[in-house]
Amino acid sequence: MSAAAPALTAIAAIEKSPGYWAGVIRRFRRDPVAMAALVIVLALVLMAIFAPLIAPADPYRSSMIRRLRPIGTPGFPLGTDELGRDMLSRLIHGARLSLLMGVTPVFIAFFIGSAIGITAGFVGGKVNTVLMRTIDVFFAFPSVLLAIALSGALGAGIFNGLLSLTIVFVPPIARIAESVTTAVRKIEYIEAARASGASAFRIVRVHVLGNVIGPIFVYATGLISVSLILASGLSFLGLGVKPPEPEWGLMLNTLRNAIYVQPWVAALPGLMIFITSISFNLLSDGLRSAMDIKA
Amino acid sequence: MLSYILKRLALTIPVAFGVSIVCFMLVHIAPGDPLTSVLPPDASAQLQAEMRKLYGFDRPLPVQYGLWVLKTLQGDLGVSIATGRPVASELGKALGNTLMLAVLATMIGFLFGSLFGFVAGYFRDSWIDRLASFVSIIGVSVPHYWLGMVLVIIFSVQLNWLPATGAGPGGSAEWAWDWVHVRHLILPAVTMSVIPMGIIARTVRALVAEILSQEFVSGLRAKGLLDFGVFRHVVKNAAPTALAVMGLQLGYLLGGSILIETVFSWPGTGFLLGQAIFQRDLPLLQGTILVLAMFFVALNLIVDIVQSMLDPRVQRA
Repeated sequence: MSAAAPALTAIAAIEKSPGYWAGVIRRFRRDPVAMAALVIVLALVLMAIFAPLIAPADPYRSSMIRRLRPIGTPGFPLGTDELGRDMLSRLIHGARLSLLMGVTPVFIAFFIGSAIGITAGFVGGKVNTVLMRTIDVFFAFPSVLLAIALSGALGAGIFNGLLSLTIVFVPPIARIAESVTTAVRKIEYIEAARASGASAFRIVRVHVLGNVIGPIFVYATGLISVSLILASGLSFLGLGVKPPEPEWGLMLNTLRNAIYVQPWVAALPGLMIFITSISFNLLSDGLRSAMDIKA
Repeated sequence: MLSYILKRLALTIPVAFGVSIVCFMLVHIAPGDPLTSVLPPDASAQLQAEMRKLYGFDRPLPVQYGLWVLKTLQGDLGVSIATGRPVASELGKALGNTLMLAVLATMIGFLFGSLFGFVAGYFRDSWIDRLASFVSIIGVSVPHYWLGMVLVIIFSVQLNWLPATGAGPGGSAEWAWDWVHVRHLILPAVTMSVIPMGIIARTVRALVAEILSQEFVSGLRAKGLLDFGVFRHVVKNAAPTALAVMGLQLGYLLGGSILIETVFSWPGTGFLLGQAIFQRDLPLLQGTILVLAMFFVALNLIVDIVQSMLDPRVQRA
């Protein structure tokens, strides 16, 4: 990214150049949509962390006499669910599992996928063929189908859900990492480093990683939105999170039969998934243009 | 051309092999004895021993895999635990229903997606472009199962215009192309079309913007070609890629229809998968996944070959 003429870099250094990351932050802050998305994402994360302090009521306390109250009921601003639990409190607490189930698989897959892709791209040859052909097999499944196949076979549960989703997101990240690394490997300064006796490990650490990790990271942030929708989708199908835990997809599932009684209360958990997913998408788009990454 | 087709075919074989291994392993990664996945829980010890032998669960895994592949190639996908019927026959009708839904949704998505994308790319950086980009980002961000629920709330619960679930009146099994049946198709198809719409709009926008910035377009304009003439050239250049994206989207919808089919109780493969998960019917799960994944592999192959025929510059290995 900053492989440009060294003379220019030197001059810039004298004028105390703000550097690459400062430029990225500056461009990002000038993008109102991306900033708004960042604020919403931070608010959601804070909501998840401080859920017990913010939520007005116990998200597990049910009551058979106040089931399915409408939005705006005194004491229950967003109504109650099919077991009479406070919707507002459940939505706030739901951010914990929903964000955890959505973000963790991409986070883990980012490390595993990058490791596989960078290894394949840098070593090349037979190692590349073996690794990437294996990745191709998982690519042959539509992501929803693969997630459902794995968690359907493993059974419900948070861990099984996380495991299935991680397996779903490793292949796309590995493929991007491989193509970016293959492109970087052909640049002359890598050849120069090799000629001056640097070890393969050192070349990867010093020269390759810095150039490839940015694009891979941005690509991975773009997957978070898909992962959130998929994770909640698994719970919606009865996989993933089990009742009575508050999780948006599971809440949407248990409230499905209530659409004839309190339709808008039943739609609320999905609205939360939508807001979260679109915010992550806009955040990722903003990062991509601020970092000036194409494709 | 022929050599490309052969090369592409040869690349598909190892992928199909890998897919079959993953599907085979589904029964074995399931917790517990794989036998419990093909037998009701109250089976007698004698029956268990018989079935273990019949299914070959007492043999080494590679042998089991070989036997399974042989059976599958003969069209035998095992027997559903829940219904006791062969998985292949359960799948037959469901596949038709899902195909109908997915093809219609892809067509709607392609029509509106390319329209939005084209307008956005043609009037780049105008308010129309921003609006179209906003619509397409909503299309890829919205949890479609929730969108389905919201459409049901509006059009079925509140307005009472369209039915909320099923594929025909009173759960009738026979599909017919009349209004009574088609009105059941509208909401699921529209819900499903949102994803390909967003993705196709993005692709077409980028394609059109890129083609318009090329020199041959300025050349055509300089020669005095009217906007319509330029339009024709842009369509000709953008069509192969847009069609390829559409083909792949069809595959994603076929494989990913489970959430939408669950919302609308649409009797397709996704609904079947939902039942298989709910009843822990592993043979049904395995058979459905295998068929859908193989469909996707074949579709990928067809898309690549068709695209390289339409546009010889593109030959993906």
